[in-house]
Amino acid sequence: MVQIRVEYFAILREHVGCTHEALSTPAATVGDLYAELDRRHAFPALGHLKVAVNDEFCEWSTPLRDGDSVVFIPPVAGG
Amino acid sequence: MKRFDFSRGAVDLVACRAQLADPAAGAYASFEGWVRNHNEGRAGVLRLEYEGYEQLGVKEGERIIAEALARFDIGDARCIHRLGELDIGELAVWVGVSAAHRDAAFAACRYIIDEVKHRVPIWKKEHYADGNSGWVNCEACAAHAHA
Repeated sequence: MVQIRVEYFAILREHVGCTHEALSTPAATVGDLYAELDRRHAFPALGHLKVAVNDEFCEWSTPLRDGDSVVFIPPVAGG
Repeated sequence: MKRFDFSRGAVDLVACRAQLADPAAGAYASFEGWVRNHNEGRAGVLRLEYEGYEQLGVKEGERIIAEALARFDIGDARCIHRLGELDIGELAVWVGVSAAHRDAAFAACRYIIDEVKHRVPIWKKEHYADGNSGWVNCEACAAHAHA
């Protein structure tokens, strides 16, 4: 188990109803973590979702480490 | 000096432009993105709300500016994106580029705004006259999945 923090933005923040949560998870990768949280929160389908760990974009296969901060990034719409 | 930044208040365009002043520059090109009252065929947009993942956004924005400086023969470049609630007609994003000549200034300006729109983690929520609201580029997928 690792202790991690997840931050939510925009449509995911509104869906989950909070800006962040701290949790203890058996997930080995950020992809596994998404699957675990999707079971709990039933995230809306968002097409191409990206992910960041510790404020850098990363692959879904990135291993989770104790203390990581994870952000799932819905399709962006700046400008 | 951050070359890409977010702003929660109105952007001072005179100050922004002054940051790019350079005796070697013969050209300055800028782009302003404004909040419009319609989107993707839907009229009645009353206002917008921008939300950003700022810690990653400033890094990605800085990378885009660095790429523009490497790809085009320009002197300097900056970009500022608004966050929070904006009314119709307000400036949402500004890009400025100085260069010796105009071709590179125009091209770099175009490159920066295109990349910012595609890569920087910023989300836009539209509020409509009928009382509905929606996150641009997110709701269509969600609605399709639920249909």
